[in-house]
Amino acid sequence: MPEGLALALALVVLASTLGAAVFRARYVTEAAAGTAGALLLVAVGAVSLTRAGDALRELAPTVGFLAALLLIAEGARREGLFDAVGALIARGSRGSAQRLLAFVFVVAAGVTALLGLDATAVLLTPVVFATAARMRTSPRPHVYACGHLANSASLLLPVSNLTNLLAFHAGGVSFARFAALMVLPTAGAVAVEWVVFRRFFAIDLGRPRQPEAQAPRPQLPRFALVVLGLTLAGFALSSLIGVQPVWVAAAGAAAITAPALASRTTSAAALARAFEPGFLVFVLGLGVIVAAASGNGLASAVRTVLPTGSSLGDLLAIAALSAILANLVNNLPATLMLIPVLAANGHGAVLAMLIGVNVGPNLTYVGSLATLLWRRVVHAEDADIELGEFLRLGVLTVPAALVTATVLLWLCLKV
Amino acid sequence: MRALVWIVEDTWQATVAEAAAYLPADADITLLHVAGTEAEGAARAARHALLGRPHPTPHADAQPLRAISEQAAEELLAEAQALLGRPARRETRRGRLEREVVAAAEGMDVLVLARDGDRAHLGPRSLGPAARFVVDHAPCRVLLIWPDVTPDVTTIPPPPDAQPPRR
Repeated sequence: MPEGLALALALVVLASTLGAAVFRARYVTEAAAGTAGALLLVAVGAVSLTRAGDALRELAPTVGFLAALLLIAEGARREGLFDAVGALIARGSRGSAQRLLAFVFVVAAGVTALLGLDATAVLLTPVVFATAARMRTSPRPHVYACGHLANSASLLLPVSNLTNLLAFHAGGVSFARFAALMVLPTAGAVAVEWVVFRRFFAIDLGRPRQPEAQAPRPQLPRFALVVLGLTLAGFALSSLIGVQPVWVAAAGAAAITAPALASRTTSAAALARAFEPGFLVFVLGLGVIVAAASGNGLASAVRTVLPTGSSLGDLLAIAALSAILANLVNNLPATLMLIPVLAANGHGAVLAMLIGVNVGPNLTYVGSLATLLWRRVVHAEDADIELGEFLRLGVLTVPAALVTATVLLWLCLKV
Repeated sequence: MRALVWIVEDTWQATVAEAAAYLPADADITLLHVAGTEAEGAARAARHALLGRPHPTPHADAQPLRAISEQAAEELLAEAQALLGRPARRETRRGRLEREVVAAAEGMDVLVLARDGDRAHLGPRSLGPAARFVVDHAPCRVLLIWPDVTPDVTTIPPPPDAQPPRR
């Protein structure tokens, strides 16, 4: 099959697969769309069976890693960690909305970094909403903070975001080195969010409040905290003791899941829902589809656009272009497209790309500008969301956070 | 006299105290709470931003948040009534705050609400968008309170012609 035709076909399949995931049509699931697209491209020869197999083999450990992380997060929820944290920050805020926002920042950044952005978006956000409602304060700033930090704080560790896991497995740095290089950029991005949120929501946060009765101190689930602590320590030491971090995650998932299965506080069906097999299949399918597009000319096109150096200007350009691409096609396919090209340029370029694809989606509430526009055109969905407010918050935070984080990354790379 | 008291998170105690002080003893009082759907939408949106994750139906997804917010509203109104110390009706609504309050004020004689903006200065910014709309569109008298200490008149900026005009 001629390269131009194969590329066109791969891009059409990519667009349709993303479309299926964005519109969430009831009759075709993400997994089915991803699988059908990948099979079609192999069948017509747009990607060879060997290349498709390589793509799956490269992605398999990442997908397994993600499944383990989702199980750990579900375990933490089952043990009551999120509810306990909600009660703890409500108590610690002593009736002050500003203190509550500070605690939400700390907790959302911590949950995102350790358990990944899915945990913040799916498990923590409803708890924060309930906490604000129970404290009788406006939930707006706190809920928006969860949404933003799920992206901005997801720079820190390879486990914080699927995009990081993909880049991490493409090689180059150890778990500890990744964290050491990304700690300042993450802190910078979160600091930018804090400054903007405090000003943006000044009125909501500054309303006078009268003190209310203190709730009793909640019990934190010790077992879940111990498993999380040991898992994190395992990640940090993984390269020293020569164990792949994916096995540490698997051990953590087993440790938190096995007792619940044994005591029947959870069921196999609930676990199967928690690790989202449909999503994992979707990621694998997407990997094959992007490999088909990359192999037929997309990679060389990307190579001509992206700078190759590691100067501050180059890193800023990589971060900005990655953020734009993430807003055009969503950050998962953007990462899959960019990694093979950037991996050759050293880990500075890869980490700058991660800053772009992780922080960039904060521009909108649905992960990419394109998704936002399509969904609003097609669905009347999310009609109760104040679009203008989301976009203004995105415009105020994203460029500043991108530049701050990238400059700090450049400094860390120098040391 | 039919009176509507708009109970809002953060400022509800001050509003109830003023209503108790200024509404006549025989006033027929309704305590109103409106749950804004915006924050619920934002909480759902955080989840919708995740590409490719299986989603519960939008309806099932919204249910838990809605239940949380409805329960919080019921509890808030119960506490507000206890603080008021008089018999009162309770009304909960959902939707766009300002529209729901104006709709609920139809047929009332007076609406009591707190300023929801800058509380340090006298001036138009002391009303946020919701209270501004309600004050502008209220179909009855309005008792507009400062939820905190009322700022003094020195917080008003000098008039634009305070300096001698140039010739």
